[in-house]
Amino acid sequence: MNGHTLPRVAIVDYQAGNLYSVEHACRRAGMEPWVTSDPGSLANAAGVILPGVGAFGDAMRVLRESGLAEALIEFSHSGRPLIGICLGMQLLLSESHEFGRHRGLDLIEGEVRRLQNSETNRTARVPHVGWSRIYPATCANRFVNWSSTPLNGIEPGHSMYFVHSYVVCPVQHECVLAESVHGDTVFCSALRRENIWAFQFHPEKSGPRGIQLYQNIAGLFHADTSMPLAGESRDGSPRRELRHAA
Amino acid sequence: MPVRVIPRLDIKGPNLVKGVHMEGLRVLGKPEQFARYYYESGADELLYMDVVASLYGRNSLLDLIERTAREVFIPLTVGGGIRSVDHIRRVLRAGADKVAINTEAVRRPEFISEAARVFGSSTIVVSIEAIQQPDGRYLAYTDCGREWTGLDAVAWAVQAAELGAGELLVSSVDRDGTGKGFDVELTRQIAQRVSVPVIASGGAGQLEHVREVVERGSADAVGLASLLHYDFVRSAATHGAASAPTAQEGNLEFVRRQTAWSAIHSRPLAEVKRWLWNSGVDCRLN
Repeated sequence: MNGHTLPRVAIVDYQAGNLYSVEHACRRAGMEPWVTSDPGSLANAAGVILPGVGAFGDAMRVLRESGLAEALIEFSHSGRPLIGICLGMQLLLSESHEFGRHRGLDLIEGEVRRLQNSETNRTARVPHVGWSRIYPATCANRFVNWSSTPLNGIEPGHSMYFVHSYVVCPVQHECVLAESVHGDTVFCSALRRENIWAFQFHPEKSGPRGIQLYQNIAGLFHADTSMPLAGESRDGSPRRELRHAA
Repeated sequence: MPVRVIPRLDIKGPNLVKGVHMEGLRVLGKPEQFARYYYESGADELLYMDVVASLYGRNSLLDLIERTAREVFIPLTVGGGIRSVDHIRRVLRAGADKVAINTEAVRRPEFISEAARVFGSSTIVVSIEAIQQPDGRYLAYTDCGREWTGLDAVAWAVQAAELGAGELLVSSVDRDGTGKGFDVELTRQIAQRVSVPVIASGGAGQLEHVREVVERGSADAVGLASLLHYDFVRSAATHGAASAPTAQEGNLEFVRRQTAWSAIHSRPLAEVKRWLWNSGVDCRLN
């Protein structure tokens, strides 16, 4: 930590709603957020949050035309935390099938597919709107450990708030941190690749536990960001322990 | 999916109000006090309806939405007088998550598709205010049940969902504020015909009504107003909570006297959810 300076976190504004609540969740969690649509400013951020609700195609068009797409890709190479939330998670993938076929930022290999309406479960409608439980994903027959991730301290099976019709399908299953169920579909509700973290649910809309997740994210930013994360161990576990939520 | 319990806050100017059949509004207090209290007691979402917005052609809740979003970290849907894509953008930027559209969707159904294309279906709730006719059919109205549209409420619900509505807020004007129970038949007819979630609203007067509309009406969520508001007003008045709505802010004597409201057995939100859970209705307790 740099003394008592709050980590400066850029919230990317690309005309896709919901920024105000993300901003306030950041403040509540001890970060100093600023909302920006200036691609040049990301370089000064301790971390970047890519939020968003809306349509994939429109969002990618705005990101490309504004130069933000390039700036985000550039930022992802800095080793500093890049956080995607909801649509912001989906944009990290290679491509989406929402209203046609659209290329994404391609930071996580994989695609975005529509949730299927359940044949057997009438209440599992699309869009998936509401509170669903999140569980640790399994990788090589073992549950992923959340303790050194922003999910630290959140009980498996806790409910988070979702609003989406599409889900991410990463090619590499090691990326999957958490899974949730909607109807007959198990889908990835949180993922991680190196310094990139992403959540399909809205932690800023998930009550006190969601705010705890933001506090854990603040812990990532509090870590000395001048040190690149390139020295991570082979198994993908982060080098530094997260600062625990207060 | 767990059933969502959504306190519905009807707002007129700076005040939370509640009426009967969406008329004869009485002031109960400041909406942000209610919002904070419901957030802390485990509400799954909040619904703000500017009940005079369509009348005056505007939605004036932006300041309130901003104040709410600072301290309430659950989804907020805002309705009343939403007429353009630009307007939706302003409401979302202020901190709302979804908008509920009625009048403008009726006037110009393609507005639903436009809005869904720009913001995603899951941001667009179409609000349907229904009144049952003597022949048993339900017709859709606007402006708190004052304006006749001639639309069959069930057919309109199907069309709205096809046009891209992500959810339907189905309010029974007949039952609103009466405590006689939800219009289960209205909810059921719509829920059976659409694949998007249906929020039932209007009429809850006791716990059993909530279970009934979920089990028999197939509601995915319930909007509750009187059932929660009167309890908060009463308990705050009794215990003198710091956040209590004060008498000068509203005409609260009627709540304390309870005479006209014997049909509404108001309960704290947390108790509503515990009761639902214990009655076999899946809802979120953590």
